[in-house]
Amino acid sequence: MRRAFSNMALGGILILIGTAAAVAQVSGDVVKIGVLTDMTGAYSDLAGQGSVIAAQMAAEDFGGKVLGKPIVIISADHQNKADVASNIARKWYDEEQVDAIADLVSSSTALAVMPVAAEKKRITLISGAASTPIEGEKCTAYNVHYTYNTYSMAVGTGRAVVQKGGKTWFFIVADYVFGKTLEADTSKVVIASGGKVLGDVKAPFPTTDFSSYLLQAQASGAQIIGLANAGADTINAIKQANEFGITKKQSLAGLLVFLSDIHSLGLPVAKGMYLTTAFYWDRNGESRKWSKRFFERHKKMPTMVQAGVYSSLTHYFNAIKAAGTDDADKVMAKMKQMPVNDFFARNGHIGADGLHRHDMYLAQVKSPAESKYPWDYYKIVKTIPAPEAFQPPDPICPQVKK
Amino acid sequence: MIQALSGQLLVGLINGSFYALLSLGLAIIFGLLDVVNFAHGAQYMLGAFVAWMAMQYLGINYWSALILVPLAVGVLGMVFEQLVLRRLYGLDPLYGLLLTFGLALVLEGIFQNAFGISGKSYPVPDLLQGGTNLGFMFLPRYRMWVVVVSIAVCFGCWFMIERTRLGAYLRAGTENPVLLQAFGVNVPLIRALTYGFGVALAAFAGVMAAPIYQVTPLMGSGVIMVVFAVVVIGGMGSIAGSIITGLGLGLIEGLTKFFYAPASDVVVFVVMALVLLARPAGLFGRQL
Repeated sequence: MRRAFSNMALGGILILIGTAAAVAQVSGDVVKIGVLTDMTGAYSDLAGQGSVIAAQMAAEDFGGKVLGKPIVIISADHQNKADVASNIARKWYDEEQVDAIADLVSSSTALAVMPVAAEKKRITLISGAASTPIEGEKCTAYNVHYTYNTYSMAVGTGRAVVQKGGKTWFFIVADYVFGKTLEADTSKVVIASGGKVLGDVKAPFPTTDFSSYLLQAQASGAQIIGLANAGADTINAIKQANEFGITKKQSLAGLLVFLSDIHSLGLPVAKGMYLTTAFYWDRNGESRKWSKRFFERHKKMPTMVQAGVYSSLTHYFNAIKAAGTDDADKVMAKMKQMPVNDFFARNGHIGADGLHRHDMYLAQVKSPAESKYPWDYYKIVKTIPAPEAFQPPDPICPQVKK
Repeated sequence: MIQALSGQLLVGLINGSFYALLSLGLAIIFGLLDVVNFAHGAQYMLGAFVAWMAMQYLGINYWSALILVPLAVGVLGMVFEQLVLRRLYGLDPLYGLLLTFGLALVLEGIFQNAFGISGKSYPVPDLLQGGTNLGFMFLPRYRMWVVVVSIAVCFGCWFMIERTRLGAYLRAGTENPVLLQAFGVNVPLIRALTYGFGVALAAFAGVMAAPIYQVTPLMGSGVIMVVFAVVVIGGMGSIAGSIITGLGLGLIEGLTKFFYAPASDVVVFVVMALVLLARPAGLFGRQL
């Protein structure tokens, strides 16, 4: 009896030691996620509060715990400023035990936070930013570029439009890194598909009156006017192109258009436009189910960026579970090893360069007559398979060489 | 080349008439009240949003909005003047500037919270749909309307303030309020009306802008910088100066967009710096 008791006690202690050992695997006894996004600026509709809600949903749907330790979501506004973003990241990693930073909308903030994360050996899960250098010359071993990039937008919209007969192009470009990358990527695709670029104009960012640029685009005689901009700039350019009757003879190609843009433009203005997206809420039963839950909380349907935040975090939690630790190196290895198949991504795989390659969709905006219910905005015209949608790993990224 | 250039000049004129309309209200408020109204951009935004809400929730069309919205927003302006702003008269203008800047932030914050950053789309009224082909460019009918109305309103205001008895009272209210009051004129009421009128002009510009630009919470903060430059170049408080400068800067900006687009958002400020170097009181301002 006495012996049995001591055995039990010993067993109990062993179990306790066992759990203590497991606990030690999760740093700080908590898995802490920082959603660093644009809460009030130009991109706050396509990311912002919606991204925070998506992150909270991901944590709740995972049971609020991973490896028995609570998941905590915190958030902050980086104001689309690189210095603000890197300062917050530093503070989060150093003082607040943040394990991973999610979203990072706008390329300048993403590129500022990535080296900080790499230096601290913590993870960045980029959903909002688009520039290809993120997985190219600026890539790090601790980053995942999850939702989309400028290359996939260029391939999707650029190639589709050329194939439909839009051979000659003129670009209206937002005069900063993102706009220029988007223009360069799209030009390559247009030329490779047999099209021709007739010219471009670089408009200061932000611009509200596009009439001068639209007149220049009109004078170029190009069939297609490519809008290498985003957010409010795209919205105003599309609105004014309609006003100036440009859309009667020439067509617009919005190279980066989000669901939130279409929602605020309205279908009468946006109808017929082609765009590329990583996610559309009404694509199938699974995406609808998740999106309706999101809608309950946010009162708006999710953009691809917000859905991407949810999916990237779920994948991250799964990787922690599979690795049995939140150690960044081991979790990154698992994330790159495990495929992604959920409501967001089909055939998803994260490459050595950190780019998440998955199927993308070419969509066309419905006319008001085709739209049957609220948020019924897109027709999915084509699925672009992952190998076609994203560029192959670029050896300029050191992780690829290894 | 000539064709393209005439198109750009015309577009410049259209934008210029917007600048003139907006800077007019600002110049009136500064010229007659000595208040630097930093909330002018937010009040312009308010005009556009109230027009959108009136259409969405009350079914009020563009034409009625053009009259009703400036009245409503103008009254709000007067309430603000009566409750808060008037307490700062006679102090350093910096206080008024800070107060109105705060008001602008509050207004923008409220609308951003309610409608998000991408804002709402306001349709062009049916009567002004379409446009005319001028050969060198397609001129939308709505833009033509903007130019005509802006110039008419600007001239009307200038005439009222500089050439009528009411205008004389208004100007006297700044020059010597005590004496004017002694003549039995209700100076505080005149001041409230003046501020309300300036605010109503901003709201009027907002309604005019709604069908062209996306109605967003920050639509005023972008344009207000340029408009301030217009007022400074024209000569703080000079009404005719603001109108002429507004149109002129629109043209200069239009040309810049044609020859070297990336500089188009700084050209206004370059002009401002040059003018201030040569004439510190602005082109039409009274020399200090």
